[in-house]
Amino acid sequence: MVTLSSSSSHPRKPAGSRGPLLRRAVVDAFRKLNPRWMIRNPVMFVVEVGSIAATALWLQALLGRGEAPTGFIGAVALWLWFTVLFANFSEALAEGRGKAQADALRRTRQETQTKKLRQPRRDAAVDLVSSTALRQGDVFLVEAGDIIPADGEVIEGVASVDESAVTGESAPVIRESGGDRSAVTGGTRLLSDWLLIRVTANPGEGFLDRMIGMIEGAKRQKTPNEIALNILLAAFTIIFLVVCITLLPFSLYSVEAAGQGAPVTITVLVALLVCLIPTTIGGLLSAIGIAGMDRMIQRNVIAMSGRAVEAAGDVDVLLLDKTGTITLGNRQAVAFTPVSGVDARELAEAAQLASLADETPEGRSIVVLAKEQFGLRGRAVAPGSEHPEGLHFVPFSAQTRISGVDVDGVSIRKGAPDTMLTLIQQAGRAVPAELRAGIDAIARSGGTPLVVARNGDPLGVIHLKDIVKGGINERFAHLRKMGIKTVMITGDNPLTAAAIAAEAGVDDFLAQATPEAKLQLIREYQAGGRLVAMTGDGTNDAPALAQADVAVAMNTGTQPAREAANMIDLDSNPTKLIEIVEIGKQLLMTRGSLTTFSISNDVAKYFAIIPAAFASTYPALGALNFMGLSTPQSAILSAVIFNALVIIALVPLALRGVPYRAVGAAQLLRDNLLIYGLGGLVTPFIGIKLIDMALTALGLA
Amino acid sequence: MTTNGLLQIALYLAALLLLAKPLGSFMARVHQGQRTWLHPLLGPVERWIYRLLGIDPSQEMGWKHYTLAVLLFSIAGMALLYALQRLQGFLPLNPQGFGAVSPDSSFNTAASFLTNTNWQGYGGESTMSYLTQMLGMTVQNFLSPAVGMAVLVAFIRGLARPTASAIGNFWVDLTRSLLYILLPLSLLLALILVSQGVVQNLSPYATATLVQPLVDAQGNPVLQQTLPLGPAASQVAIKQLGSNGGGFFNVNSAHPFENPTPLSNFLEMLAILLIPAALCYTFGRMVGDTRQGWALMAAMTVVFVAMIAVSYAAEAAGNPRLASLGIDQTATALAPGGNMEGKELRFGVASTALWAAVTTAGSNGAVNAMHDSLTPLGGMVTMVLMQLGEVIFGGVGSGLYGMLAFVLVAVFVSGLMVGRTPEYLGKKIEAYEIKMASLLILIMPITVLGLTALGVVTAAGKASIFNPGPHGFSEVFYAFTSMGNNNGSAFAGLAANTPFYNLLGGLAMLISRFWLIVPTLALAGSLVRKKRVESSAGTLPTHTPLFIGWLVVIVLLVGALNFLPALALGPIVEHLLLAM
Repeated sequence: MVTLSSSSSHPRKPAGSRGPLLRRAVVDAFRKLNPRWMIRNPVMFVVEVGSIAATALWLQALLGRGEAPTGFIGAVALWLWFTVLFANFSEALAEGRGKAQADALRRTRQETQTKKLRQPRRDAAVDLVSSTALRQGDVFLVEAGDIIPADGEVIEGVASVDESAVTGESAPVIRESGGDRSAVTGGTRLLSDWLLIRVTANPGEGFLDRMIGMIEGAKRQKTPNEIALNILLAAFTIIFLVVCITLLPFSLYSVEAAGQGAPVTITVLVALLVCLIPTTIGGLLSAIGIAGMDRMIQRNVIAMSGRAVEAAGDVDVLLLDKTGTITLGNRQAVAFTPVSGVDARELAEAAQLASLADETPEGRSIVVLAKEQFGLRGRAVAPGSEHPEGLHFVPFSAQTRISGVDVDGVSIRKGAPDTMLTLIQQAGRAVPAELRAGIDAIARSGGTPLVVARNGDPLGVIHLKDIVKGGINERFAHLRKMGIKTVMITGDNPLTAAAIAAEAGVDDFLAQATPEAKLQLIREYQAGGRLVAMTGDGTNDAPALAQADVAVAMNTGTQPAREAANMIDLDSNPTKLIEIVEIGKQLLMTRGSLTTFSISNDVAKYFAIIPAAFASTYPALGALNFMGLSTPQSAILSAVIFNALVIIALVPLALRGVPYRAVGAAQLLRDNLLIYGLGGLVTPFIGIKLIDMALTALGLA
Repeated sequence: MTTNGLLQIALYLAALLLLAKPLGSFMARVHQGQRTWLHPLLGPVERWIYRLLGIDPSQEMGWKHYTLAVLLFSIAGMALLYALQRLQGFLPLNPQGFGAVSPDSSFNTAASFLTNTNWQGYGGESTMSYLTQMLGMTVQNFLSPAVGMAVLVAFIRGLARPTASAIGNFWVDLTRSLLYILLPLSLLLALILVSQGVVQNLSPYATATLVQPLVDAQGNPVLQQTLPLGPAASQVAIKQLGSNGGGFFNVNSAHPFENPTPLSNFLEMLAILLIPAALCYTFGRMVGDTRQGWALMAAMTVVFVAMIAVSYAAEAAGNPRLASLGIDQTATALAPGGNMEGKELRFGVASTALWAAVTTAGSNGAVNAMHDSLTPLGGMVTMVLMQLGEVIFGGVGSGLYGMLAFVLVAVFVSGLMVGRTPEYLGKKIEAYEIKMASLLILIMPITVLGLTALGVVTAAGKASIFNPGPHGFSEVFYAFTSMGNNNGSAFAGLAANTPFYNLLGGLAMLISRFWLIVPTLALAGSLVRKKRVESSAGTLPTHTPLFIGWLVVIVLLVGALNFLPALALGPIVEHLLLAM
């Protein structure tokens, strides 16, 4: 069920203030030094082993048998440890933000007394049990003020529920049995009335539990692209390991061949190794993934897996429901078209009278239009209130698709053309050709015709129009540039659908959509090698949601829809799909860009370290030191310090993500290559030089 | 650099690029089983071969079956070649009466010719009988590039076919490569070479009386010279066309009987890169988008031209040490100028610098001058071209499938950068593909650096080094770079025919050939199962100049980063010392 009030997004504020978050991250950074934890990240594990080796060399130097000056080895060891700690810190910081939110959620999870019913009836006997004792299939009663103890399905009653603990949205929502608003979430609070609820999830398996698990990253598994990237980074690490190990024999031979100098020290080799392996991306990789999930949560979307977030970036077809996503939730009356012989005012009056008790937005809009055009004042008729004398309203029903009013022996009816025409014919009246023409004209323009008749005499047609949301056209153009095709799904007839599709600027549409047709369409796109995303809320959406690659269920939706989806939008905002796609893309882009940055950094590091490492054997290699670094030791130390600092400097980018703009892939690549490729090439030359100057100025070089 | 020299290089590039499309589309037709103008003649032969060997050409193989066929075929080939060398003393066509080749040298040579490396620790005219040359070397000269081409074609099918499981029939791919491509081309080239004076006979070595008698080291006058002969033209043709490079004579294409004239020199160079370049176009045709093929060719050409520029500039500049001795190295109408040490007068600086780049880019290894005598920078170019993994054109088949491994890595990183799961030609590049591509890129540097390290610390390794200083390091480094990349060219200056170099080198050659073929075919097997993803504006285009540039950067970064420290201790420091 899509409502207007839910179409605005309420970004979830990261819980907790900065100070404690940072403190906690610093502590966690040290806790993560445990090798059993580090081994999960091969690149940083190698750095940790290197740090241990350098520390051992420093201890050896303290004992007076050092291969290089004690201060130098000590400084290298210290900065290698910083490199590991900075990487751990970035991960801890990313996790910390989620942890704070999870704690807030967990507080709503406290144990409560629950009114468990022996039979699923309001008047059945009640047992007071702990909420943790509830099992799937149990039925319980909640009354105003109670916390709903578990996820469930409303089987009886209507009530308003405060779901702010889960959604962050303070306005209460209606939950009722049957239909698409029957799902309730454990941890939310009943504000009024009462509900009978059947439990759908055992304790610990509920929606809130899964949400806490996702946010905390406790069940975080590496996503497919992350795994592939890890393999590539491991390969680079192995290659550079071999490069550094073989450098020792090469150096030994060179000393012999040149007849001067000393072989390269282990300290320098370890420093070179850490500088060459992709520590920048290796250190930030995990933080990038956690932060990506976190960005989803901040937009009030709960992804059931990291895989789903990644898949969102790959989506190339979006299936969007017309109502609520492309058009405002309801149609509005825009014109009265009378048949000849009937005054437009007469038609308007009849239509208004027939709509007085019609509380649907369409009915309201007819009353308003009659007032605007002809100054007709609707008589105050509120539903539930005492009807004015002699007025008898016939409510709309899905079977007849007609509604109306009987007043003083006059019956006024309005409804869908096909049933209304039958009604007119049954009354023995002829259907004027112009009425048919009017109906067709409205349908062709994308509107919905409503025929009005009085005592079986056709009076004319009301033109109801779908109002396309403002700015939606630009959003679709935006998506097209991203390479994403938009398909509008609607129950309208093809004529109406085509007109609205053209107005909204979608690429394609599926008219008279049934759940089967929707499922079929998704399968067709997938067979053609496309990834499909869709939103849904109703139970009949569940098969299509299960089939789609990225399926976003509205939080207001039914339990089956939420089960079938791999993401849940707590705001129940169907246009959120577009943001979800962008977050998915951002996640991949951040990984790719930092990998490029990390690899291109190596060029400068070589130019800093190679001449320094062999300064005593081949002074001629000093020609490669065009950065003019003051001494071999400061050159090596500068490279190591730069390598560590760049991790910290990039933490904000890793957490925020590389900004995504809707331009073609080719331009995106060009821009990112310029920034992260060329930038990655140039930055370390400047950074290492500056650090070297600082070390020299401080007299540490 | 002279205008004449630059023109020679330009003419070479023009001829190479012009021939790529016609030959490439012919090869695509052959491997897609379509009829060509050679079919009326060779079609019956092909069918007859299948009937004789009991091959059902319509029976395709999965990647494991295909790999098994490649490996079994190679093991059989290696055993045969080893046996021929060991037993040549008992076999016919041995007019010089050569005895058995030593076991380690036989192993090395068998591995070398099997793997399309053609590293030669031996001197052909003083070691191998005509039978060994023809039945052993020449046969492997045909088979090894045919195997490379078959593996490439299978890999291309993996990319081109949506959701399939078979990647072709190895025996069919092998037969077609030989019958329609390698045999006709080498027949044509051999005939032209004979016209230029390349020898082709089965005669005993000739003896000639010197017009200008010499005096030997002991002061005795030398009046006669033995001229080695043999079936050279037929072997030279396939040695060039099949990216083999193993010379009929010890000094390879510097020998006047292998490469007598500037025209034969030009054609031999053209033959080295002809098939590898044309295969790029074949690739484009077989995946249904020729732009993809041109893009790969463009990336290769960019690196190639840059390398030639460095090489030619370095060689033309000459040796600063000689200049300080007052030796004139400027080019004039009468003198070629530049560094002429180790170069043939009939070729000059430009043709030699070009050949050096061509033969190391193309995984060929034939030389028309001694690379040991190139300037440090000229020598470095030859090493770098090999260390990039022999993907700048590279060997027949192997060059392109090596390049495609780099393409996968480039696509992966750039695909992430545009925010999508990376895909190449509609196939998603996932963890398995990256694992295999990483293996393809990883194995070579480990082999080369590891063995070089062994070479410079062990006594057995160091005993073979002739030159002092960093040049000695370069010699060992070059040898293992050449063997570890299946190139086969030698720097010279290293006594490589020792058990140490023969055994380790043989191992390096086998690793770099088969440890790469297996992951390549595994990749093909994984790719062929994937469905083809429709492309959209969000898909990274892989034929644009931007992507070509990115691919070049990835190839250079990965290659240069791995070997920069070693190069710094070899050619780079040599160059810096030279200028001091």
